[in-house]
Amino acid sequence: MTTHIDITLTVNGERVSRRIEARRHLIDFLRLDLGLMGAHAGCEHGFCGACTVRVDGAIVRGCLVLAATLDAAQVETIEGVSDSGEIRDLQDAFIARNAAQCGYCTPGMLLTAADLLKSNPAPTREQIREHLSGNYCRCTGYHAIVDAVAAAAARRNGKTGPK
Amino acid sequence: MKAPPLCYVRAATLSEAFQLWRDAGPDAKLLAGGQSLLATLAFRLSDPGTLVDISRLRELRGITQIAGSVVRVGALTTHAELGRHELMRSHVPLIAETVPLIAHPAIRNRGTIGGSLAFADPAAELPACCIALDAIIVARNAADERRIPAAQFFTGLYATALKPYELIAAVEFPAAKPGERTTIVELARRSGDYAMAGVAAKARLAGATLIEPQLVFFGVGDRPVMAQRAMAAIGGQQVLATTIAAAQAALESDLDPPADQHGSPQTKRHLARVLLARALKRLVGIEEAHSA
Repeated sequence: MTTHIDITLTVNGERVSRRIEARRHLIDFLRLDLGLMGAHAGCEHGFCGACTVRVDGAIVRGCLVLAATLDAAQVETIEGVSDSGEIRDLQDAFIARNAAQCGYCTPGMLLTAADLLKSNPAPTREQIREHLSGNYCRCTGYHAIVDAVAAAAARRNGKTGPK
Repeated sequence: MKAPPLCYVRAATLSEAFQLWRDAGPDAKLLAGGQSLLATLAFRLSDPGTLVDISRLRELRGITQIAGSVVRVGALTTHAELGRHELMRSHVPLIAETVPLIAHPAIRNRGTIGGSLAFADPAAELPACCIALDAIIVARNAADERRIPAAQFFTGLYATALKPYELIAAVEFPAAKPGERTTIVELARRSGDYAMAGVAAKARLAGATLIEPQLVFFGVGDRPVMAQRAMAAIGGQQVLATTIAAAQAALESDLDPPADQHGSPQTKRHLARVLLARALKRLVGIEEAHSA
């Protein structure tokens, strides 16, 4: 029985080994132990979605995953997918539509939107709203975010998208 | 808030899990997907001392068909896996229909069916679905396995028939029979949030007549509530304005909803009546313009 655990995992393509408290959730691990400040700790009980990151390719709530459980896992954050250029088009669309205001929800919104477009390349606005329903934004009223995701999807499908 | 200080141990096999659990004592909690447990830890509603991580146990994974008429779902199956699995879509369509109502995509990727049933939140969808479908909860301890009908599994607020050092290994669903219809309707303030009220429904359809309807409400009691009187009122009837009204009237004595953050008992009763009408219409294919 131990309150501290040794884990080795891959974060944004880099192998990382740390000794951590068993109660440490993934977001504190990323932010406080690794200095990756992109994913945000909002409500810390799974409600707001600001902490959305990827584990083994699937989006998760970082506050609802203990880092101790992630030995050998692959974690990707907004820093990783920004550097790789994977969601450059979504980020450009968010900027063009002013879909990021204070920016607190934006990394989670982007990763959740990318997750939608991976499984559904041509979503309706209703499907975009549904997929993003677990991510709170307190600035935009969501309309600009839905616009941005729709525009990025339309571009990927070779259309200009709504103005 | 942050979780209280914890010890953590990870089991590599099911037998090791039972040993680690014994060593840690009866207050220790099993960690599967963690999507309810970690929130309760953050609120300090739970202080288990030790978490026994069972999330990597292969023995508790997989969806298989047994003897053609039963689909066995390993306890660690995530909601996302339930929603996309071909056997669920073809043989247990109520579960496939329910998955999009459970939380949000990022939570569905981690949350498990065993965890949801063991947590026994009275507003959760899967407990009500399991009762409506006559599912069997397969419980295991270090020595034995026992099979508990879902209708007997939920014993109170966040309480189940599981005994100390007993876990959920699997859930067995009877495959849908010809002529069987199922549906689920709920009301939530935000898509994916816990429902203010909801109902899982099943019936056989003979022409336009509902045979042996099962109506299991959630979010209106300390556990899922089977609406026996409403079921008796609509059983053997066609779904018409008059029979819906009779079922709604009978529902009044099936429910005794407590007030909660979503509203008063009167509000819950009203929502349940509305949902009952929507569910009955959906069972017979009368679509409403907007249902949730």
